[in-house]
Amino acid sequence: MERWLPLFPERASTISGQVDRLFGFEIVVAVFFAALIFALVLVFAVKFHRGRSRPVADDMRLELTWTLIPLGVTLVMFAWGADIFFQGTHPPRDAMEITVVAKQWMWKFQQPTGQREIDTLHVPLGRPVKLLMTSEDVIHSLFVPAFRVKKDVLPGRYTTLWFQATRLGTYHLFCSQYCGAQHSSMIGWVYVLEPSAYEAWLSGRRATSASPVDSGRALFQRLGCITCHVQAAPQRCPRLEGLYGKTVKLTTGQTVIADEGYIRESIIEPQAKIVAGYQPVMPTYTGQLKEEDVLDLIAYIKSLSPPLEEGNQ
Amino acid sequence: MSPTLTAQLPETSAPRMPRVHYLNVDYGVKSWLLTTDHKRIAIMYLVVATLFFALGGTFAGLMRLQLLTPHSHLVQAETYNKLFTMHGLIMIFFFLIPSIPAVLGNFLIPMMIGARDLAFPRLNLASWYIYVLGGLFTITAAATGGVDTGWTFYTPYSSVYSNTNVVLTVVGIFITGFSSILTGLNFIITIHKLRAPGMTWGRLPLFVWAHYATSLIFILGTPVLAITLVLVGLERLFHVGVFDPALGGDPLLFQHLFWFYSHPAVYIMILPGMGVISELVTCFSRKRIYGYPFIAGSSLAIAVLGFLVWGHHMFVSGQSVYAGMAFSLLSMLVAIPSGVKVFNWTATLYKGSISYHAPMLYCFGFIGLFTIGGLTGLFLATLGIDVHVHDTYFVIAHFHYIMVGGAIMAYMGGLHFWWPKMTGRLYPEGWAKLAALIIFIGFNLTFFPQFILGYLGMPRRYAFYPPEFQVLNVLSSAGASILGIGYLIPLVYLIWSMRYGKPAGPNPWNAKGLEWQTTSPPPTDNFTEPPVVEEAYAYAND
Repeated sequence: MERWLPLFPERASTISGQVDRLFGFEIVVAVFFAALIFALVLVFAVKFHRGRSRPVADDMRLELTWTLIPLGVTLVMFAWGADIFFQGTHPPRDAMEITVVAKQWMWKFQQPTGQREIDTLHVPLGRPVKLLMTSEDVIHSLFVPAFRVKKDVLPGRYTTLWFQATRLGTYHLFCSQYCGAQHSSMIGWVYVLEPSAYEAWLSGRRATSASPVDSGRALFQRLGCITCHVQAAPQRCPRLEGLYGKTVKLTTGQTVIADEGYIRESIIEPQAKIVAGYQPVMPTYTGQLKEEDVLDLIAYIKSLSPPLEEGNQ
Repeated sequence: MSPTLTAQLPETSAPRMPRVHYLNVDYGVKSWLLTTDHKRIAIMYLVVATLFFALGGTFAGLMRLQLLTPHSHLVQAETYNKLFTMHGLIMIFFFLIPSIPAVLGNFLIPMMIGARDLAFPRLNLASWYIYVLGGLFTITAAATGGVDTGWTFYTPYSSVYSNTNVVLTVVGIFITGFSSILTGLNFIITIHKLRAPGMTWGRLPLFVWAHYATSLIFILGTPVLAITLVLVGLERLFHVGVFDPALGGDPLLFQHLFWFYSHPAVYIMILPGMGVISELVTCFSRKRIYGYPFIAGSSLAIAVLGFLVWGHHMFVSGQSVYAGMAFSLLSMLVAIPSGVKVFNWTATLYKGSISYHAPMLYCFGFIGLFTIGGLTGLFLATLGIDVHVHDTYFVIAHFHYIMVGGAIMAYMGGLHFWWPKMTGRLYPEGWAKLAALIIFIGFNLTFFPQFILGYLGMPRRYAFYPPEFQVLNVLSSAGASILGIGYLIPLVYLIWSMRYGKPAGPNPWNAKGLEWQTTSPPPTDNFTEPPVVEEAYAYAND
C-alpha cells in the first residue's frame, strides 16, 4: 500500500472492523447534517441577498423536529458505541495474560511463560490477549491504533485491555497519555505472529526469569506469606485457594470481587479491606515490593484457583 | 447659505465624531488605570487579551514549525512540551475565557440593557487587575524556565514528577480564576437589577442571555478549579497525599475535579460566541431572530448539562464502565441544544434581506466551522469511537473547530460588528472581508488534516512522530502560516482605523439594539437620556 499519504489506519483486530463501521455511520450522519446546514445557509444567503425581509413566525413543530430527530440519532450512536465499549472492556475468560509495567519512558512486558521484553510485544494471531497493566510512576496510556484499543496505565492500581489480533504484521504501539519529557519516545511495536512462529519465538528466547507463577511461588515462601496463609489458615487468615474471582465478604458487611486490584491492595495495604471473621494482623508491604514482584505474587495466587469455565462467573 | 442648512448638512451626509465621548473625556495613563467605566475597562481587557493571543499564537507557530518534519531538531522534546503547555494555558485562561465576556460583554452588557455601567464598577476594575496579576505570574513562570505539564496538569506528573515551574503557574491560574468569578457575579447582578424600563427577560438580547449562562458557569465552576489547583500545590510543596498513590492519594480524583470545571469551561468559551452570532445573524438578515425562547433556553440548558458531562474526558482512564456509559449518554444530550441554536440561526436567514458585510462573513464562518466541531464532538461522546481517538489529533482538531473556528470566529465577528461603536470609526471593509476569507481557508487547512491524523492514530503532545504522518503535518503547518497572516491583517487595519477610519455615526449597520441608540463612541454614561424598550429585535418594522 502507498504509505506516503495514508488516510485510514490498518485494521488488525477483531474489534477494529466494528469501530470502523460505527465511525463510518457517524461520518455519514455528520456529512448529512453538515451538508444540510451548509446548503441551507448557502441557498438562503444567495436567494435572500438584499431582498425584502418578510416576517416568519416561530413554529413549535419545527423546533420539535430539529430537537427530536438529532436526539434519536445521537441515542443510536450512544447505544452502538456503548455496545462496542462493553465488549472492549470485558476480555474473554480464556484470554492469555501478559503483564505490563510502564515507567518513564518505557514499556515492560512479560509473557505468561516468563519471557520479558521492553518496547516490543509479541502476540500470537487469533488468540485473545489480556494485558494487565500498572505504572511505576505517572499515568501512561497504551495505544495500538491498528487494534483500535487504548487504556490508561495508572500507578498504584491495575487496568486491563484486551484484543485479538486478526492480521500478521508489525504495528505501532504508542503512549498516548502525556507522561513527561520523552513522552513521544515512549513508543514501540507489536508483532503479530502465527501461533507456531510465536511458540518458536518464545522457545528461542531464553526466559530471563521463571514464569510469573513460579516466581510468585518462590516469593510467597521467601516473604513468609506461607507461614500464615498455608500453615495457619484458615484460623488465623483466609485461605488463598480458590480466592481469585470469588466474592469476598468484609468485616464492614460489604462484598468485593477478588480481582487483581483487590489482591494487590490486600498485599500492599492489608488493613484497607478485612475479610469478615478475621483480625487485621497482616503487616503492610508498602514500598517493599517492586511492581513486577506484586504481579508475580498475584499470578501465583491466581494459579491456586481452578481455571474458570467459559461463562462461569 | 442659511446657517441652519450648513449645520444640518454634515449630519446627514457624513457622520461626525461626537465632541465628547468616553475615550476623550480624560487623558493620561492614570485616567485609564483608575477608570471605573466599563467601556474603558473593556478596552484594557482588549489590549491585554490581544497580547496574550499573540503570545499563545507564537507558541503555536513554533509547534507547527517543529512538526514540519518527523524528527525535527528545531527544539528538544522538553522545550516542545513547554510550548504546548504554555500555548494551552495562555489561550484558554488568558485569551478564550476572558475574550468575549470581558471585552465585548463588558463593553456591551450595560449598553444593551440600557444601564450606565455594571452594578459594581470598582469590582470590574479589580477583575482586570486580578487578571493581569495572574497573567504576570504565569508569564514569569514561562520566562523563568517554563512549565511542561500540559494545560491539564494531570497528577501525579504535575504534583510530584515534573521538575518545572508548576507551583508558580498554578498560582497564576488560581489568581486569574477570581477575575472570572467576580466578572460573572457582576454580570449576573447587573442583568438582574439594572435593566432599563421595558427591558423584560423576554426582550433581553440573546448576547446578554448567553453571558448570563456563562456567568453561572463562572461562579459555579471556577471555585472547583481553584480548590483543585490548591490541592496540587499542597501535594507538590508539602507532600500531602491527595493524588499520588505513593502518598496514599488517588490520581483519578484529580481528573474528576479538573474536568468538573474544565468541561464547563469549554462552554464558557463558546456560549458568549453563540451570543455574538445571534446578534449578527439577525442584524445582517434584517429579520427578527427565529426561535428566540429556544436560543435563550438552549444557552441555559448548555450551562446546566455542561456540568454533567466531565467524565467523557475519562473513558479510557479506568473509571467504571457504567460511569462511562452515563457520561456518554449525557454528552449526547448536551449536543442537542447546540444543534437547536444552529437550526434557529439558519431559519433566521429564511426570507431575510441578507447582506455580506465583514461581520456576517465571520458569522457564516462560525456556523460552518462550529457545525463541524459540534458534529465531531458526537464521535468523541461515542464510547466505542472515543477509545480509539482519545488523546489523538482527532481531539485536537475537534476542539480547535469549536475554540478557534467557533469562539475566535465569533470574537472576530463581534469585534468587527461593534468596532464602530467602540472606536467611533469604520475600518476598511474590503480588507476585513479578505481577512475573514484568509482566516477561514487557513483554519481549515490547519485543522482538517488533524482529523485524519487522529483517526490514523497520531497521539497528541508528540514532539516527534512516525514518518508516515508527515504529509498531513506539513499541510497543517502550511495552514497555520496562512492562519497567522489572517490574524495579522485585522491587527493592522483595526489599529489604522482608530486614527484614519471614517467616523461611523451612531448606527452604521442600522441595528436595533439599545447600544446603537447612542453616539459612537458613546458618552461615559452611555445614554444622554434613559432608554425605554418596547420591542426586541424590531427588524420587521423597517
